[in-house]
Amino acid sequence: MTWKWESQRKQYGRALIELGKERSDIVVLDADLSTSTRTSDFAAAFPERFFNCGIAEQNMIDTAAGLAASGKTVFVSTFAVFGTGRCYDQIRQSVAYPKLNIKIVASHAGITVGGDGASHQIIEDIALMRVLPNMGVIVPVDSNETYKVVKAVAKSKDPVYVRIGRADVPTVTDKDTPFDMSKATTMRDGDDVTLIGCGIMVSKCLEAAEELAKHGIDARVINLHTIKPLDEKTIVKAARETGGVVTAEEHSVMMGMGSAVAMCLVENFHVPMKRVGIPDVFGESGACNELMERYGLTMENIVEAAHDVLKRKK
Amino acid sequence: MEIYDGEFISEMESIARRVRSHAVTMIYQAGSGHPGGSLSAVDILVAMYFHIMKHDPKRPDWPERDRFVLSKGHAAPALYAVLAEAGYLPVTELESLRKMGSRLQGHPCMRKTPGVEMSTGSLGHGLAAGNGMALAAKLDRKLYRIYVLCGDGEMDVGETWEAAMLASHYKLDNITMYIDRNKLQLDGPTEKIMSLEPLGDKWKAFGWHVIEINGHSMKEIIQATNEARSIKGRPTVIICHTIKGKGVSYMEGSLHFHGKAPSDDEYKQAMKELGVARE
Repeated sequence: MTWKWESQRKQYGRALIELGKERSDIVVLDADLSTSTRTSDFAAAFPERFFNCGIAEQNMIDTAAGLAASGKTVFVSTFAVFGTGRCYDQIRQSVAYPKLNIKIVASHAGITVGGDGASHQIIEDIALMRVLPNMGVIVPVDSNETYKVVKAVAKSKDPVYVRIGRADVPTVTDKDTPFDMSKATTMRDGDDVTLIGCGIMVSKCLEAAEELAKHGIDARVINLHTIKPLDEKTIVKAARETGGVVTAEEHSVMMGMGSAVAMCLVENFHVPMKRVGIPDVFGESGACNELMERYGLTMENIVEAAHDVLKRKK
Repeated sequence: MEIYDGEFISEMESIARRVRSHAVTMIYQAGSGHPGGSLSAVDILVAMYFHIMKHDPKRPDWPERDRFVLSKGHAAPALYAVLAEAGYLPVTELESLRKMGSRLQGHPCMRKTPGVEMSTGSLGHGLAAGNGMALAAKLDRKLYRIYVLCGDGEMDVGETWEAAMLASHYKLDNITMYIDRNKLQLDGPTEKIMSLEPLGDKWKAFGWHVIEINGHSMKEIIQATNEARSIKGRPTVIICHTIKGKGVSYMEGSLHFHGKAPSDDEYKQAMKELGVARE
């Protein structure tokens, strides 16, 4: 399959500017990475509503809390590694616990950061954010969905973590595909096995489904963009109708999307399952493709996992 | 000045005495809490809620109100006692501190207690949160002011200094920070655990206007605050020299009562010393 590759960050920047025009309560904070996260676009358009906090993520989160407590809708951006782990206590105490209107939109998540290496490749951010009470977790699948997610979360008053990447990602939805936070998107129908992906791995799931179709296997593909709150209904229905589930995420398999799906199925409907993701190790420097291969995030890995699940189904 | 006459000061001091007695009683009844750092902060809190701040206990969400952030969240008993005396809560509710189902959590929760502006407890967060409120006030062209009370132990926290830089960078002259300089932290004297001095010079170097006062003098707290209000283009910090456990002789300067409730006998003595008759 050939994809059009596009930047999620660019759409984040675009959506923020529109929000800035529509609403005076939108403010944006960044920690000296605004040109990378693209909050610089908002900063140029609305300098009085943009606050660069310098390289001080803890301070940035608490400053956001004060702004949100004063009625602002606050978007906070930096790299995912700094916007979650570096300021975890601040997010716990001052965002999640008081349930303040703060949207942490973090870029450069996962291993596709590439050359910067393990220090910058956060593969545990979904885990960190999803265990926090009150905190939503969304992984937009592509550039189009990133735009819609940013617009959608601005309408809610709840805290949320939105995870986007550095690299351009395959465009798998179009501008008119509806986005509903409470509903996972079924991208392809099929009754033999379900492939559930998030972020860049949805495109790999679609490729894997094509490959499986060559062998007469009909795979259902679900874009699980919202990991919390989890659309259990769609997941359980797919498990019931296909009898086997493979998850695929650019995140540690320990406590990410796959584990959320596994927990849901363990309690609701048992089927053979396999999680494709980064094993319990740190990454390293390399090109995106090399890293995806080295850490088991390819179409082939998903196909192999699907065969394993199908074997266990019988 | 008329407002600092003897009668005014003595009335403020009698409120402070009641607040101290509430705080000690609450901690005694809860069986746990932080009396030392609650008592050192009482006079500052009373000055805030009974003179300095523009606020309305009947409308805790009044948009024009001044905001107070208790960064040293473990002084919650003192804050709750002041809020009760000011009319945000019934005084009878104070005995529910730390109990199951209570609005009065061990550390302040903005979603549970009317009058609490920010959830705190993990140290070093309050100034940054106050800065956010100060930025919002400037954006909205509002005249309300933000007051933050930090413990001196919070000067150990890196984020405190990140926030100090931010307030100064954005010229937040609508925020005033009070440091409860009681010179003791959990493990010992601040200068032994992590030396802070010269503290005033540090704040000056960060671009703040610095005032040092006796944090148990109503007159000095109010005068320093008036000075802070008159400073334009930069924030003000008021280093309030205080005594940990102030008002109860055996708690004064005592490490032991940083985070421990008094025994039955100790409690009786405390009430006697505070001049409040209680059963």
